[in-house]
Amino acid sequence: MDSAAATASALETDTRREAIRVEDLHKSFGNLEVLKGVDLTAQQGDVVAIIGGSGSGKSTMLRCINFLETPSSGKIVIGGEEVAMQGDGSPAKQKQIERIRTKLAMVFQQFNLWTHRTLIENVIEVPVHVLKVPKVQAIERARELLDRVGLGGKEDTYPAYLSGGQQQRAAIARALAVDPSAMLFDEPTSALDPELVGEVLTVIRDLAAEGRTMLLVTHEMKFAREVANYVVYLYQGRIEEQGPPAEVFGNPQSERLKQFLSSVA
Amino acid sequence: MTGLFELLGLGASAELLSLSGWGGNLLRGLANSLQIAFGAFGLGLVIGLFGAYGKLYGGKVTRDLLAIYTTVIRAVPELVLILILYYVGSDIINKISEGLGGGRVEINGVAAGIWVLGVVQGAYATEVLRGAIKAVPAGQIEAAKSYGMPAFMIMRRVTIPAMMSFAVPGLANLWLIATKDTALLAVVGFNELTLETRQAASSTRAYFTFFLAAGFLYLMVTLCSGAVFARIEKWARRGQPSLRGGTR
Repeated sequence: MDSAAATASALETDTRREAIRVEDLHKSFGNLEVLKGVDLTAQQGDVVAIIGGSGSGKSTMLRCINFLETPSSGKIVIGGEEVAMQGDGSPAKQKQIERIRTKLAMVFQQFNLWTHRTLIENVIEVPVHVLKVPKVQAIERARELLDRVGLGGKEDTYPAYLSGGQQQRAAIARALAVDPSAMLFDEPTSALDPELVGEVLTVIRDLAAEGRTMLLVTHEMKFAREVANYVVYLYQGRIEEQGPPAEVFGNPQSERLKQFLSSVA
Repeated sequence: MTGLFELLGLGASAELLSLSGWGGNLLRGLANSLQIAFGAFGLGLVIGLFGAYGKLYGGKVTRDLLAIYTTVIRAVPELVLILILYYVGSDIINKISEGLGGGRVEINGVAAGIWVLGVVQGAYATEVLRGAIKAVPAGQIEAAKSYGMPAFMIMRRVTIPAMMSFAVPGLANLWLIATKDTALLAVVGFNELTLETRQAASSTRAYFTFFLAAGFLYLMVTLCSGAVFARIEKWARRGQPSLRGGTR
């Protein structure tokens, strides 16, 4: 990070509020240590791209933030509130983690829409049943959101009758419906046919432009460079290099990152 | 015409089967059978749901106990189980009643039938539902979790609706087995369709007529059930493209 960027970042840290902080995060699956102490802070409005080879631990890290995976040790702070953890890393207070999860909307590689519900039912499910928003209001908002991601008119269609790109855009509408304070994207375009990637990236780009806080695990380097204001490169469970995209992509320091970037280019 | 009718003995049969005569008894037997089948199937579903969740998510003790339950129930012939559960059940109730200073209790046949067959059905339903729950894509449950749904809401809003399409064919089988297993309750003297039929047949010596009539009634139950389950399956599979392709 050059001094100008560091100064800008430091100045901004004072005025903006912290959205997500990860401290010394470790995660092991049996004997396999996938994360070996990761630190990361995202301020509100930050778009953090997390890149790295397969098995580098980037998805695991994202999934530890909302406790879909239980960290082995470390600290997760969401919006200034630390998630209480038991000795084994699982959430100590089920109610607390459920409340925090409603603020962190996740978009999955495999979309994970509920296949027995239509698009609009998918989008209103969490607002109505978890957040207790009146149904009429939730439906109105869901229509707007589906419209926004270009799925107006598909409200009553079941996910199985849509393309992958449409399903992923519906999943993004579902995420927006909970009015999240941060969004977690777990390789949102990796399961899509190449010609469908663009339509999903366009939606994500718009969200970034309107100042939403996002953590984005991705293989789309061009896209990461374009939308992120901070890039983290993970290698074998550690952050190997991080900084503004111009630095990380334009002037990589470590041999591994250079190699990685040339292999995916 | 009338001559042919008489020749085949159909006139006599019709008289035997009239509703005011033995035919009415058969229908009452059928009603009893259906009542027990409904109750047992329902009880079996409840046991099965808890059993399936216990086997999938329960602790070691829960899993072991459920393994014993499903193994034993499915290993022992149903006729033997019915005799054991019926006599053991009524014996326990009487012991308790006497212990409390009461006299011997008359066991309600319907309640006993539902309890006995329900316990049997529960073991099979546990396995049917366990398989169905495991078939639900993990991502759908994960998505519910990631949006802050509590465990019970995930079960109610996601897992159970999503597993229904996998469970319905197996559950339809269980229901049909339940309707026919009620016939086994004849051995404990419960007045279901088979016992009523046997009594009617032996009183009138018209075995063929009555057993044919009973067979017809069981067939009707199966056909109606088939139609109902076809609708349930269509509903449960909503949102899934037809395997044959074609229209949505």
